[in-house]
Amino acid sequence: MSTPVTTSARGPVRGPAGSAEGSPAGTPVGTLTSYRAAWTNRGRGPWRPPYVLAAITVIYLLWSLLPVLIAVLFSFNSGRSRSVWQGFSMRWYTGDPNLSVLHDAGLRTALGHTLLLGVLTTLVAVPLGVAFALGLDRWHGRLPTTANVAVVLSFVIPEIVLAAGLLFMITQLQVPFQLGTTAQVVGLVTFQISYPVVIVRARLLTIGKHYEEAARDLGASPLQALRRVLLPMLKPAVFASAVLVFADVIDNFVLVRYLSASSQTETTSMKIYNTARAAPTPALNALASLMLLASLAAVLIGWLAYRRFTRGEKETTGIADFAQL
Amino acid sequence: MKKWLRSRFRSGRSDLFGVLLSLPAIVWLAIFFVVPGYVLLAIAFGTVDPIFRAPLPAWSPLDWTFGSFSFVFTHLWGGTDAFFGPAVLRTVGFVAAAMVLCLLIAFPVAYFVARHAGRWRGLVLALLVAPFWISYMMRMLAWVNLLQTDGLANRALSLGGLLPVQVDWLAGRSSTVILGLVYGYVPYMVLPLYAALDRISPSMIEAARDLGAGRTEVFRRVILPMSLPGVAAGLILVTLPMTGDYFTNDLLSGSPRTSMVGNLINEAISTPGQAGQAGALVSLLILGLLVPMLLYVRSTLRGQDVRS
Repeated sequence: MSTPVTTSARGPVRGPAGSAEGSPAGTPVGTLTSYRAAWTNRGRGPWRPPYVLAAITVIYLLWSLLPVLIAVLFSFNSGRSRSVWQGFSMRWYTGDPNLSVLHDAGLRTALGHTLLLGVLTTLVAVPLGVAFALGLDRWHGRLPTTANVAVVLSFVIPEIVLAAGLLFMITQLQVPFQLGTTAQVVGLVTFQISYPVVIVRARLLTIGKHYEEAARDLGASPLQALRRVLLPMLKPAVFASAVLVFADVIDNFVLVRYLSASSQTETTSMKIYNTARAAPTPALNALASLMLLASLAAVLIGWLAYRRFTRGEKETTGIADFAQL
Repeated sequence: MKKWLRSRFRSGRSDLFGVLLSLPAIVWLAIFFVVPGYVLLAIAFGTVDPIFRAPLPAWSPLDWTFGSFSFVFTHLWGGTDAFFGPAVLRTVGFVAAAMVLCLLIAFPVAYFVARHAGRWRGLVLALLVAPFWISYMMRMLAWVNLLQTDGLANRALSLGGLLPVQVDWLAGRSSTVILGLVYGYVPYMVLPLYAALDRISPSMIEAARDLGAGRTEVFRRVILPMSLPGVAAGLILVTLPMTGDYFTNDLLSGSPRTSMVGNLINEAISTPGQAGQAGALVSLLILGLLVPMLLYVRSTLRGQDVRS
């Protein structure tokens, strides 16, 4: 009981409220100065708490997310308006016999086609990219280095350039496929391959070479070492890149639009682009909300899996680590 | 050949297995990344069939003509049909304004999250990343909804209909387009800045303080110089997509008064007979963005060193 409350360099052991009951007569804790010291030390500096910065951050977050939340809210509007609230209903999702996402063939097709592109692209881009990342690690020459530059370049080149190039290639050369789903998947894979390559390479860097070498010393063939040692360790990276690719593909607009053939290969982003300024109904908001739901589901699954795969690696694997991938 | 292969793969750090693993992606990129690039060039330097309006690509560099480029440059400035010069100026102006705004918004936010967010950091980071998972089109749709003439923005400004405020936000206003660009791309700025600021060790700042530096001095002489790589990365990451953007403009303005280079390219691609122009415009766009693109590629390649 007589032990005074200590204030360590990193912050108080107990807060001011606790210190009052913890300190008997006269110990100068819980005073204004120690309170301020406690507060500011927590903020890693001797200055006043950064109220202004905190306010800017909160305003920024509201500004960046509220418009979208409002758009989602109005997808549940019972009237046609996207700015006057007329009561809650599922009309634009399922209720309306002609205009709801469920009953409007165009919206339904767009939704299905977007998800299809997401799945197909992920299935092609991730194995291709992972294999490339593994190969780059073992093949040092001019060709793979150049290809790696192309991968990084494909990540930063304005999408319209790649889209225009592929469009002209398909229309000008005798390629064995037409505009449409195949062309869209081809373009998306080319654009998205950088995710698995960059993420898997970063992970390979942290894993190091020893595990694989140990496996080889113990008699494993290169393939065995890869399959039984390296790939299991790469699982989180592979999974994370798959989630990123999927979520990015279902949001893609420029490539899928140029490489689309007809209304059958329209995606939700194209639907939004085509109708946003032409007096749309809240069904458009409903469609966008469903895409948002798909993205969030993918991210949630990805995060849970990532946490599972990396369990025991670090003390905490928060959403922050996953978010920074 | 066989001997050469064997000696090459056994002696060095390369092996045949690595070749087999990377070859599919290399072939893929050669066909779907390099070939399209060349097709673009061939079309830009080619001609257009005068009757069918179909592009006639010049496949051999020996046949290259500069018709499309000279067409673009003759419409650079002056005259009623000058489209290229104003669009370039507008693009530079819009992108520069949006870059500055992005930096002004993103720096304090990233700084706060990196240094002061404390136990809220995980949540705030998740919220900062959230825009990446929300479709760009949906985020633009959200603003179209808000900025309609009867939208919430006008109703808020008129205090629910009390004041006669009727701003036509979506009728070709530069400010709306810049707002859209900032809103669309600022998340790409926040994250690299956060990463750079997070890397600054607190002891560095303590040392500066112990040596007598005040608040502004610590910021000016320690934090700012150390965050410059993040600032550069963020600026490049927002500039590249913004410069080629046309859909933000189409959704939030749709007027030729705010046309950017991306809009010109999009229109040229969608109009029959203008493929050559599109090719020329795309080539010029790449030329204009070459320096930031190469800077980014170089820094990324440096970062992903081969494991030893």
